[in-house]
Amino acid sequence: MPPLLRVDDLRTYYFGFRGSRVVKAVDGVSFSVDAGETFGLVGESGCGKTTTCHSLVRLLSPSARIVSGRIELEGEDLLTKSRSEMTQIRGRRIATILQDPMASLDPLFSIGDQVAEPAYYHRGLRGGKLRQRVKELLTAVRIPSPEVRMRDFPHQLSGGMRQRIVGAIAQAGGPRIIIADEPTTNLDVTIQLQYLNLLKELQRASGVALIFVTHNLGIVAKMCDRVAVMYAGKIVEMQSVRGLFYAPRHPYTRALLDSIPKMGTREPLYGIPGDPPDLSDLPGGCSFHPRCARAMERCRLEEPWDHSLGDGARARCWLPIQEAARE
Amino acid sequence: MSEPLLEVRDLKKHFPAGGSLLGGGRRWIKAVDGVSFTVNRGETLGLVGESGCGKTTTAKLVLAAEEPTSGAIEFEGRSLASLRGQDLADYRRKVQVVFQDPYSSLSPRMRVGDIIGEPIAAHERVSRGEVRSRVRDLLELVGLRADMARLFPHEFSGGQRQRLAIARALSTNARLVVLDEPVSALDVSIRAHIISLLEKIQARLSVSYLFIAHDLAAVAHLSRQTAVMYLGKLVEVADSLELCATPLHPYTKALFAASLPSHPDERREEIVLSGEVPSALDPPRGCRFHPRCPFVMARCSELEPALVELSPGHKVACHLY
Repeated sequence: MPPLLRVDDLRTYYFGFRGSRVVKAVDGVSFSVDAGETFGLVGESGCGKTTTCHSLVRLLSPSARIVSGRIELEGEDLLTKSRSEMTQIRGRRIATILQDPMASLDPLFSIGDQVAEPAYYHRGLRGGKLRQRVKELLTAVRIPSPEVRMRDFPHQLSGGMRQRIVGAIAQAGGPRIIIADEPTTNLDVTIQLQYLNLLKELQRASGVALIFVTHNLGIVAKMCDRVAVMYAGKIVEMQSVRGLFYAPRHPYTRALLDSIPKMGTREPLYGIPGDPPDLSDLPGGCSFHPRCARAMERCRLEEPWDHSLGDGARARCWLPIQEAARE
Repeated sequence: MSEPLLEVRDLKKHFPAGGSLLGGGRRWIKAVDGVSFTVNRGETLGLVGESGCGKTTTAKLVLAAEEPTSGAIEFEGRSLASLRGQDLADYRRKVQVVFQDPYSSLSPRMRVGDIIGEPIAAHERVSRGEVRSRVRDLLELVGLRADMARLFPHEFSGGQRQRLAIARALSTNARLVVLDEPVSALDVSIRAHIISLLEKIQARLSVSYLFIAHDLAAVAHLSRQTAVMYLGKLVEVADSLELCATPLHPYTKALFAASLPSHPDERREEIVLSGEVPSALDPPRGCRFHPRCPFVMARCSELEPALVELSPGHKVACHLY
């Protein structure tokens, strides 16, 4: 069965005035997501994970351009679609949940109207049926007394409730895949747990696939089936979540895992030396080599290719490639 | 051997809300409502809780940026309320702060050397040469280069800016540094550096920290003792490692359950709290946690539990114990 979404060698660059500066935010990213799966995209700020998401729904800022690559949704290439065709796809087949609910909700419309909109345009529901659908969606995201709350405006709700409304809007068009870009970063821990459990429940009920973008490996451990780690515009490692936590293949993944404090211990933390690189001025060879504890001469000179390591695991690093060659 | 540096007893801060000019209708937000804790010399007390629980108000009270409604803060054996003039300035010199967001806490128009040197010049009569040499030492202490003093904050990354904020807090030989969510705004790979730096500085200068955060794992890592706050009250105080091993209060348990696993196969007791933190304007009667508590009993809605010491150093406010 072909995957629901297949991204192949996607490159999205930001261009400065008259091409004075080129920022390679997404530089040859390939992955696929199956129906009903939860795929994690992890990385630090500025690694290109959000630009990847915006490329998928073609909502990039004017300075950014998709330079090459393919994005296939159910076998159709999204990059050949016209603007009006894309509006038929966004909301109906791919939906998004963004980090800040106050920025994604319109303060001038009642939440009932905002949840109704995708169902009205994409599902063609009207009148009583539309009302019924909005009520169901609000009940599904645990909004108490939905009949009354429908008339409320975003400012009348708490942060957790607002993000649940955004979840209801994402569901309203009946999409096959939802892209959630750091959806819980602004929420408190107990509210975050409620929200993550809610997303899982919605997924079980509707079979929608999720792309979870986060910098938090704990969320990955809890939510995802497969995960890709991004660094400087490239996916440096991709494998099953269990594989990633038990046997990380890329030194960057290893370092990320070691830099998180573990509950109830005072083991010293590993800090990755240096800072994330400037995407318009990347180091030669492997982009991670100046911060890598196991960097070799080859890492400075040659960029490692995306290498398959069996069991669906892939990494861009010379170490596993050399180990494989030795065997 | 633990010697108290800061003692807070039954601290309260109530803010007025609503009400009309003609009087009447005025209500009180009890942001901090009877909190007691001790920060020992050279040690760290962690303060955890969700947004709106009063942790930042507590920090402001300790920093003498707000006046308490009632209660006492004692620093080095002297009451903060009794300090005037030079003594109060001296208190402010010894108690410093590092904020969450290093992008808004450093003036973009000042050079780094002036940002770090300003508290020294404000509090001490020293020559400009002396200020410059102390700024150089401080930059090196926080792992930056001495020649960075002439740069502006925008030339630094987020992690480096937080190092500058730490250098500024230490510039006047502070004895207590209030860390208000110091790593929440930073990337994971940078967080570990800042936490390690704070540990190193404490070992070298034996400065005390009041570490405020919502990330339990980070708090437990850095703090000897951890206090858990809910709606203006402390619900549990214990040694950090003991708190991780045996949390007693249902809210602490829920916080641990809600903190994310460090591993996909980590199984834990799952306590999903229903509802959200109620408004401090109208806190529930009895135990403030009772409407969300999975172990609620009849008397929880009537009688407020006191913070009692169950075993040495482990205090909890709950009717279950």
